[in-house]
Parts: sequence; C-alpha cells; structure tokens
Amino acid sequence: MSAVNMLANRRRVLRGMMGGTAISVGLPFLNCFLNENGTALAATNQKMPTCFGTWFWGCGLNPGRWEPNTLGPDYDLPPEVVSLEPIKSKVNILSGFKVFTDGKAQQPHHTGNLGLLTGHVSKNAGQDVSPSVDNIIADVIGNGTRFKSIEVTSTGNARHTQSYRGGSVVNPAEVSPAALYTRIFGDEFQDPNAAEFTPDPKVMARRSVLSGVNEQRRDFERHLGAEDKERLDEYFTSLRQFEQQLDFQLQKPPPAEACVIPENPGETPYSLDIEEATANHKLFAELLAYALACNQTRVFNVVFTDEQSTVRRPGTTTTHHILTHEEAVDEDTGYQPMATWFSYRIVEQFSHMAQVLDGIREGDGTLLDRTLVFGLSETGFAKVHSLENIPMFTAGSGNGAVRTGLHVSAKGDPGSRVGLTMQQAMGVPVTTWGTDSLQTSKAITEILV
Amino acid sequence: MSVMRTTSKVLAAGVLTAALAACSQTDTSMQSGVSEADVAGGPVVMRRITEGQYERIVAQVFGNTIELGGRFEPDVRAGGLLEVGAGRVSVTPSGFEQYDLMARNIASQVLEEKNRRILLPCTPAAADAPDDACASEFLAKVGRLLYRRPLTQNELAIQVNKAAEATGALGDFYDGLELSLASMMVSPPFLFRQEIMEPDPDRRGQMRLDAYSKASRLSFFLWDAAPDPLLLQAAENGELHTKAGVQRQVDRMLASPRLKDGVRAFFADMLEFDTFETLSKDTTLYPKFTFRVVEDASEQTLRTIVNHLLTEDGDYRELFTTQRTYLTPLLGSLYRVPVATPDGWAEYHFNADDGHAGILTHLSFVALHSHPGRTSPTLRGKALREILLCQKVPDPPGNVDFNIVQDTANPNFKTARQRLDAHATEPMCVGCHKITDPLGLALENFNTIGGYRNTENGADIDTSGELDGVKFGDASGLGQAVHDNPAATSCLVNRIYAYGVGREATKSESEWLKDQVSARFQADGFKLPRLMRDIATSETFYRVLPPDSEGQMAFASGNAPMQVVEK
Repeated sequence: MSAVNMLANRRRVLRGMMGGTAISVGLPFLNCFLNENGTALAATNQKMPTCFGTWFWGCGLNPGRWEPNTLGPDYDLPPEVVSLEPIKSKVNILSGFKVFTDGKAQQPHHTGNLGLLTGHVSKNAGQDVSPSVDNIIADVIGNGTRFKSIEVTSTGNARHTQSYRGGSVVNPAEVSPAALYTRIFGDEFQDPNAAEFTPDPKVMARRSVLSGVNEQRRDFERHLGAEDKERLDEYFTSLRQFEQQLDFQLQKPPPAEACVIPENPGETPYSLDIEEATANHKLFAELLAYALACNQTRVFNVVFTDEQSTVRRPGTTTTHHILTHEEAVDEDTGYQPMATWFSYRIVEQFSHMAQVLDGIREGDGTLLDRTLVFGLSETGFAKVHSLENIPMFTAGSGNGAVRTGLHVSAKGDPGSRVGLTMQQAMGVPVTTWGTDSLQTSKAITEILV
Repeated sequence: MSVMRTTSKVLAAGVLTAALAACSQTDTSMQSGVSEADVAGGPVVMRRITEGQYERIVAQVFGNTIELGGRFEPDVRAGGLLEVGAGRVSVTPSGFEQYDLMARNIASQVLEEKNRRILLPCTPAAADAPDDACASEFLAKVGRLLYRRPLTQNELAIQVNKAAEATGALGDFYDGLELSLASMMVSPPFLFRQEIMEPDPDRRGQMRLDAYSKASRLSFFLWDAAPDPLLLQAAENGELHTKAGVQRQVDRMLASPRLKDGVRAFFADMLEFDTFETLSKDTTLYPKFTFRVVEDASEQTLRTIVNHLLTEDGDYRELFTTQRTYLTPLLGSLYRVPVATPDGWAEYHFNADDGHAGILTHLSFVALHSHPGRTSPTLRGKALREILLCQKVPDPPGNVDFNIVQDTANPNFKTARQRLDAHATEPMCVGCHKITDPLGLALENFNTIGGYRNTENGADIDTSGELDGVKFGDASGLGQAVHDNPAATSCLVNRIYAYGVGREATKSESEWLKDQVSARFQADGFKLPRLMRDIATSETFYRVLPPDSEGQMAFASGNAPMQVVEK
C-alpha cells in the first residue's frame, strides 16, 4: 500500500482500542507536546518534535557515478542517484569524506561504518566500540516517547543492525514487519486521537511490580567484577527504559494530527533475496513513518543491506558483495554492470523512505520536514574496500536544523564531520567528536543552519 | 581515480606485510608437566542464558506444555562459542521488551486454573485478597528453581510484597502472583548465570565457587539445563564441596538421558548450527532447499554425533570418517540415496564409493559453509580450520584486488580449483589460501546444498588436497587426515572446557588441558563422556579468581593466527 493510500484510509476505525470504561485521568499529562490549550502543535505555529533516523546500506556506490558535478544547490544527478529526483530539494549529497584507520588493521566492510557512525575505529572486531550517533541523539530527543528508538533490517537477520550502544552491545534489529507492527500498533498501542483515555490498571500493577526488580538491585550486584557490573548496568538501563514505556501507556497521549494506524502487513517472507528485502523495506518505511507520526518514537535505524551487502537477485549465484569484488569491469562503460544494478535498487529505496516520510502531511509541512535521515554506506569503492569518498546522504531538514538540496564535497575530510553535524543539528551539546584522525570539531557549516 | 589507485598500491604493500606477519606467528607456549595443583583457575563470567537454556528451564520448572510466545535477542559468538559470547552480552531495551512479553505469557499460563492446581503448592485463603503465606511458599519454591539458588530473605520479601500490592490493585490473588512471578523471570538472577564465589577453605587465600554456583556450572555443562532438585539438594547439604560428592553427582548426571541434551547443545554451538537460522540458498536454483531441509540437516549431524559418541561410546575422531548416519527421505533426496522410511529417521550407511564419509560431508557442513548459489572451498577450509581444529585463519587484507578471479564466466576456468589457482598466483593471496583451499577443494564433490556431483561446468572435479603435509585424494581422505590430526582432539578439549566455564581457558588452564586432560582423553580412546567426567570432576573446573585480580588477563592465545605451512 502506498503512503498516499494510507493517508486516504487514515480515519479507519480503531477496533478494540477502547476497552473498559472511560475514567478521568489522575496522572499528569505528557505536556511537552501540547500547547496550553492541549491541542496538537501542528495546529498551531509551534514546532513539532524533531526526529532522527539512520539508513544504511553496504558496498557503497561506484566512484564517479554518484557524486554531482556541481556543488551547492541545484546539483545534477549522476546515474546511480537519479532516483533521488522526486525528493532532491529535501536531500543533501555528501561526497569526498573518508575514514582513517590510523594504522589499525582495517576490518573490511566494518571499519567504514564504525568510523562514520561512532567516530571511532576499534582495534578488534566487536570490542571497544563507541556509541553510534543514533544512540547519542536518542539520549537527547528520544526520551519523550514510548520507544526510545526502533531498529529494523530488511535482510532477515537481527544481527544486521548499525545501532551501537557502546562496548560490545548493539540494538538488535526487527526483521519482520508483522512483528514490528504488533510491537508498535498491537494491543498496547494507545491512539493519540481517541476521545477517551482509560489507564489500564494491569499496566499500573505491572509498573509497580517491576519496580521491585530495582529494589533488589543491590542483591543482584553482589560479587560481580567490574566488567560484569557494567553489563548489569546496561540491563538496568534497559529496565528503566521499559518502565518509561509503561509510564507512557499510563498517560493520555497528546493528539497527533497525522497519526493513522497502518494496516497489519501480515507475515512476509524475509531473506537476502533483494526482492524480498525491498518488499519488506517498503513495509518498514510505512510502519516507521506512522510510528513517528503517532509519537511512538523519535529515532529509528534502517539497515537496507548488511555491511557486506550479501543480498542477491533471485536465480543468481552471486551476492552483491561478491559481484563488487569479482565481476569484470565492462570496458565500454567502465563499471561492473551486475554489481551496479544493486546500486540503483539501493538508492531507490533510500529515496522511497524519504518520500514516504514526505507523504505524511502535518500542518503546513510534512513529517520529513521535522525529521533528519542520515543515509550512509561503509565503503567508497567496494571492489577494493576503499574507505575514501564513502557515499552519504541526508534527507529532511530536522525541523529546520539543516539546509537541504545541496551537494557538499569534501577533499578527504574525516567522515566523522557528518556525524558531528547530525548531533549538533539534533541539539546534542557536543563540540568535538571522534578519536585519533577522526576527531573533529568542524561541523559541515554549509548545511547546518 | 588515479590518486586512489596509487594509494591502494601503497596500502597493499603495508597490509601484505601485516598479513604475512600474522600468518607466521608461532605458538611458543609449549611447556610440559602442569599438575592440577598448579592451576590458578580463572575469572567468573556472568553469562546471559541462551535461548535453548531458557526454553529448557521453563519446561523443567513448569512442564513442557508452556508456550513462550516471544523472541530472543540474538546470541553472540566469541572464541568460537555462543556460550563464551553469552559472557559478553547484556539485555538491550528491545530485548527487555521481549523478555517481559515472554515472562507474562509464561506466568499467565502457569497460574491458569488448570495448571495452578499442579504448580501451586497451596490454596489462598481468599481468591480476591493477598495471602502472603501462600504467595511466599510458591515464590520461594519456584524461585529456587528459576534462580538456581534459594532467594535471599530480602528478595523473597520484595516479591511477596509486590504480589500482595498487585493483588490489591487487581482484586485477584492469582493475577497478583502472576505479575510477581513474571517480574522474577525478567530479573538478573534468572536471565543471567551469576556465579558467586567464596573463600576456599582448602586453599588459603584462594577463592572457589559456592555450592549453588558449582551445581549450575555442572548442570549447564552436562545437561544444558538448570540443576534438578537432587543437584540443588547436593548443593544445599554440602555434598558438592567434597570430591566424592561431586563424583557421585557427575556420575548420576552422565547416566541420565539428559546428557544427550547437553551433548547436542555443545555440538550445535561448536558447529555453529545457529547460523542455519539465517542460511539462505537460492530457491530458484535449488528449489529443494527448504526450511525443512535446514532442520533435518542439523538434526542428521546431531543424531550421528549422539549415536556415535554416547550410544556407541565411540572414538571422537571417527566422527570424521564414519559412514553411518541418519536420514529422512527429504535428506535422501538431496544426497540422492534411497531412504526406506516413509517419514521420520532411518539409520543409513553410505557406501565407500558414494563419496560420503564423516560429518564433513554432511549437508550441515558443506551447505552451511558455502555461498548461496555456489560452493566455496575457501569458506569450507576456513570453517574446518577454525571450528574443528581451533586454528584462526587470518582475514583477507582490506584492499585485496580480485581482478585475477573476477572473470567467473571465463571458459578457461570451469572449476573452483581453476579459479582459485588463478587467484593464488597473486602473492598477497597465496599465503592464506594455502591454509584453507587444499582442505575445501577435497569437498568439491558436494555442491552448495550438499548434493553430490562429479563435474562442474562439464569439467571433471579434482578433489585432491592436503592437510598439514598429509596428502589425500578425496573427501574420505580428508576425513581420515582430520581423524589423524592431533589438533582435532585438542580442539575439542579446549572448546568443551571453554563451553563449561564460559570463557577461553587461561594460560595455566590451557597447559593443564594439554598436559593432563588431553593425555587422559587419548589414553581413554577419545571417549567424550570420559572427557566430560574428567573435566566435571576436576578441581580446576570450579576454581576461580577473585574479581578484577591481576591473573585474569593472562589468557592463552588458543586462537593464535595460523601459520603458513610450507611443505
């Protein structure tokens, strides 16, 4: 179903949402999104809440075939990014940024994304990983909603996530649109536009019983070494976040003009087949868009293809990844035709995600206007695992925090400048970010308002 | 572009040096004669219970009709094992959500009317009011099984209090108790295996595991499950702090049918069968490769292992040569052999001439370590080295240029061997491919889904190869070479120990494993149950270092990168 169709259906009756008798609410409203009269912000001139997302794919794009020739506004669209055309005015293209390893051994298909997302290249895979920008940003903008962030992957493997919490902990990704639907819009969803609100006494009781786990924290921490204690701290952070989730269910949600309950997508097959991945990505894009529109989360992470981009076309024996390494370069065109086929499909889906967000109107603007999407890959030229000129895009202006419709080209600058810019645009009080040669205090002033 | 090419070349030289240095690193830790008294023990590691353990505990405590109704955070593999990775993970926010969902599902089934009569040891004074005595009796009884130790007074008091509060709010004793039970099932003592240490009265100044932690270590090691009531009792009455007591319990557990669960769990972990979950083969090319095949494939190998190692008390090395296995008709159709049973499993003996011998020729190995649409001698060779011989194959250099092998459609390169030979003329590649390819090429008769073939693209397949100087002509020769290679058995010893303690062996433990345990394993004819008994009854297995002590960083480099073997 297209975003447009979903909009047409937005007044779909919500069955079973209003069980129980309406009673007056004894708990304080979440008033941060309401003006004094309690009406939705979109109806006034006040700012709607800002949202942030990352959108990742593996194996980059072909150098010379995606970077616009012109800088600044009205950039041209080279062949691998032509699908950005419909949304170009809301998209920035960032070229010429690289990741430095400072002598550490490159972990192919991993070092690049770590550098861009965490500002730090770890020495050993899976260890000493810094938090990724989405988690840093969620700490600032993600505490006012039921879910602090939502991670999805179109590849069918929950390990394919690009959301690093630090240390060796990652946020696993949802692989099934149906499961994500249930998680967001299932029984525990509260329609922000419902006339009545009844806090569920069972949720209150659950909340109270769970606080007992916290009360036993000291018992549970006995005898632990420093590392294990850190891991238990991580557990208690998750518990706290879950308690907040329950707190949100106990308060009347602020109205959300554009909130629609999407249709349950039902079970869909998922695998590394690019067609299945694409179909699932489209479902995820819609579910995430309505999760944002319905104030269920402010932060999301999408992995369209994994770090190695092991997706493949049905009926073929080689993956995108293997093609980038092994396919012969066509002498006439100068690129690998089968590998490049995937480049088109990938950029199309990034464009699709942006268009779905842009298709949801809120007041004078769209959901995309108050969202900032950071699109990135992990390698420049995948054939040789190059860490130079790694393709990156942004979509949306994050509530006016960034200018859009621009091509910015750096001359081998640290790619962490982009992550720093994302954080500053989202209100993270950070001036310097990254380690070693990725340390930077230079945000991209061309796009930062 | 020209600038980039130059940079690549410079980098290439640097990475090549690094790769060769990594390839030529030798293990200099050879020492002899470490007795058990010299072994210091290692740090305790808090492990998150795995999916399999969670399911088994729920079935153990509440019966096997309980549905979980949720999904698990992915487990993480470290040092070759999920059981070691379990010591490095925590619970993420979305993971907590799922644990909460499952806990509430389970608790609600446990306190359903039909179940509470069996599972609840008492009847509350009134169904709509708190009854602390009854709640306490239930939560203490169930909690001891879930936490694998008695609850502390404070823990029990809080759980009882919360049950009463919730009963008050909801007006139903069972609903209140249900929520209190659910909260225990999202609590750290249930979700994590928290091992507790205490001073060792027999070794002044040293630490040991407390009795309940010993019971858990033992029971997860042998059964992949929480301790049963008898084992908890042995912990409670001090039996597990005596050598005879430990031996008595170990022998009881080794004689139990549940040993099979433990052995299956260990091999499923070591052989990385969890990766079957996301294994994807191209269904256009291989329409027979369905979800059922995936299930049957790991089951085939686990049945073969359990039968050979437990039922027959066979020699571990023979797993690499045995022609006996178990098949379903579905697997038979993939192996292209007849299976008589219309459904279910039948014992099957491969013939000497049909190319199959040992678990390396099982679908669970050749299909798991292939690309979706074609085989990979490199991946198979790497898996054999890393999984079964515990040798680390270096990663390919970051900027490797695949120009040499890029032309897969080249009519001159019909077979994988020809393509890899072309690749291996490149000096920066040859070092590491020498480590993997001569093993993997011996398995080229098996296509990406395990089916047998003699030719590839019309050309005959040459399956000759070499393992550490031993030459062979085909897959059964490879199996024999692995059978004869001492690394195969020392690898098992190291892995199973790491599996038991949740971390790689420390340096002193490694020496003890090599000098003592491996030697006894050999003398005993490489019988797995005896190896497990040897480890489970040893004192080393329960010795621990105090948290954050100096010695805990002294891990042996059991996974040192492979040496390039020049013959």
